[in-house]
Amino acid sequence: MVSENILMTGNEAMAQAAITAGCHFYAGYPITPQNELIAYMAKHMPDQERVFIQAESELAAINMVFGAAASGKRAMTSSSSPGISLKQEGISYLAAAELPAVIINVMRGGPGLGNIATSQSDYFQATRGGGHGDYFTPCFAPWSVQEAYELVKLIFDLSDYYRTPSLILADAIIGQMMEPLNLKTKYPISRKLPQKTWALTGARKRKPKVIRSLILKEGALCEHNEHLRKKWEEIKAKEQRFATYKSKAIEYLVIAYGSQARLIQEAVDILRKDGIKIGLFRPISLWPYPVKGLKKTSKDVKKIFVVEQSLGQMVDDVRLALPKNEVHFLGKAGGGIPDVGQIIKFIKKKIKT
Amino acid sequence: MAIKESKKFAKAKSLNEVDTHYCSGCGHGIVHHLITQVIDELNMAENTIAIAPVGCAVIAYDYWAFDSSEAAHGRTLAVATGIKRCQPDKLVFSYQGDGDLASIGLAETIHAANRGENISCIFINNACYGMTGGQMAPTTLVGQKTATTPKGRDPGAGQGWPLQISEMLAKLNGVKYVVRSSVATPAKVKETYNYIKKAFTVQLNREGFSLVEILSSCPTVWRLDPVQSNEWINTEMVKQFPLGVIKE
Repeated sequence: MVSENILMTGNEAMAQAAITAGCHFYAGYPITPQNELIAYMAKHMPDQERVFIQAESELAAINMVFGAAASGKRAMTSSSSPGISLKQEGISYLAAAELPAVIINVMRGGPGLGNIATSQSDYFQATRGGGHGDYFTPCFAPWSVQEAYELVKLIFDLSDYYRTPSLILADAIIGQMMEPLNLKTKYPISRKLPQKTWALTGARKRKPKVIRSLILKEGALCEHNEHLRKKWEEIKAKEQRFATYKSKAIEYLVIAYGSQARLIQEAVDILRKDGIKIGLFRPISLWPYPVKGLKKTSKDVKKIFVVEQSLGQMVDDVRLALPKNEVHFLGKAGGGIPDVGQIIKFIKKKIKT
Repeated sequence: MAIKESKKFAKAKSLNEVDTHYCSGCGHGIVHHLITQVIDELNMAENTIAIAPVGCAVIAYDYWAFDSSEAAHGRTLAVATGIKRCQPDKLVFSYQGDGDLASIGLAETIHAANRGENISCIFINNACYGMTGGQMAPTTLVGQKTATTPKGRDPGAGQGWPLQISEMLAKLNGVKYVVRSSVATPAKVKETYNYIKKAFTVQLNREGFSLVEILSSCPTVWRLDPVQSNEWINTEMVKQFPLGVIKE
């Protein structure tokens, strides 16, 4: 057992969080930059009589998770961008069959095989379902190792509560960097969870159950989609999460998430020393997007700046939420990171024009 | 003896009393009977979890009176792995056609077998894709006409040779029992019953992966009547897919 306060990478912290949250089953496939996570699970899951499988592929891993979730067990898989693309088929089936599961994406540069540097280019995929069919997956983005640990624990509860697959969208910096981690934070955090009466456990003293997403009877799939829609609406209403930094009495607002928000925090401090009244809004839930908090925080601001490690993905949600505001975007994809100097220069220029 | 046999082949308790969607002369119905009878005999209906494939048997779970899961096309043995590892005391079997098991799910099949997953796999080989209208399967015979091999399967035209999955899997250390049978004659139907029972028993004894390949007719795609279909299995299919125990 690990001690209370330790140095850990984000990947290891997320793995330990899953174990703390009672994750019984993990299947994964090696891919950089999330390899510390699978290695941690390989080392620690069997010790606690839980299941670790190195799957033959991402497809197999997510479908093994499907089977474990169908058994009523807490189950998780993790990967990085190209691997998450392969898992999308399985995520669609999980969403359709309403099976709870946690999927961690430690994003790297894309498209294609891309590179192994940090990136935030999977935002569209993570927040728009990602696979085929009408569905969404709750998606949380940590900005520190400690928060990665907390959010993984939280999202297991949320997945069980809503019977849905959920995503942690981390980036390579969060996965790879080491920070002090307090493992004794309060848990469980959230809510009373329903019994998994739908799980396949053998038809003893009850009727047989089927886990399925094939719904052929006329009109029945429309009904199922309506049922799912109500669930997505409830999640949108109740699960928005965000954080702010120096966001009172501001004229300008910067919006960023994950590791990029750490750089923004520094940029905000520097800009404020120059007398610019600027603050940070940091979405934690990327889906549902924290529209309510964003509207409130941006109420009196003149200009909004969105900074991402992408060519501009989250900025769409900002523009949808705030159609009348002046929104400027700064971003780099393919492993590029808008640095503090570039951010300051960009914001100062846009304030003047 | 005769009375005992007829009792054995009465409708199983774990087979639902509903009409199936299968075509006349299709082998799936016979195999469903056999599986459910074995499960009744082993008294395992309350402890069985089945995984249905994508293909003609996609709604097989509507016919079985035990817990069942769907799987995405070809991912059947991955889903089965997740279930079995979480519930090692349950009887877990996958029911798969040749497209699901030998084509799109080949990686999942080989690796589940190679890990020695303690799962039983019932593999229906009808040498075609039935559900989608009779395209070439990995098991389609050389010369066999299908919707996607209109001139007959021609290895010389880049269409490959029939894949002998059972012989391939038998070489793996994790695989403990492999047999190929058919349901094309009454005698073979009886034999198949015993093979399925043996495969499930291997699993219940925690020995490892077991597979029963069953040559099964598809009169609709083959454009033959049911009797001719069985004759085709007995004369043509068995040449490419010889019957009998391959590994035990």
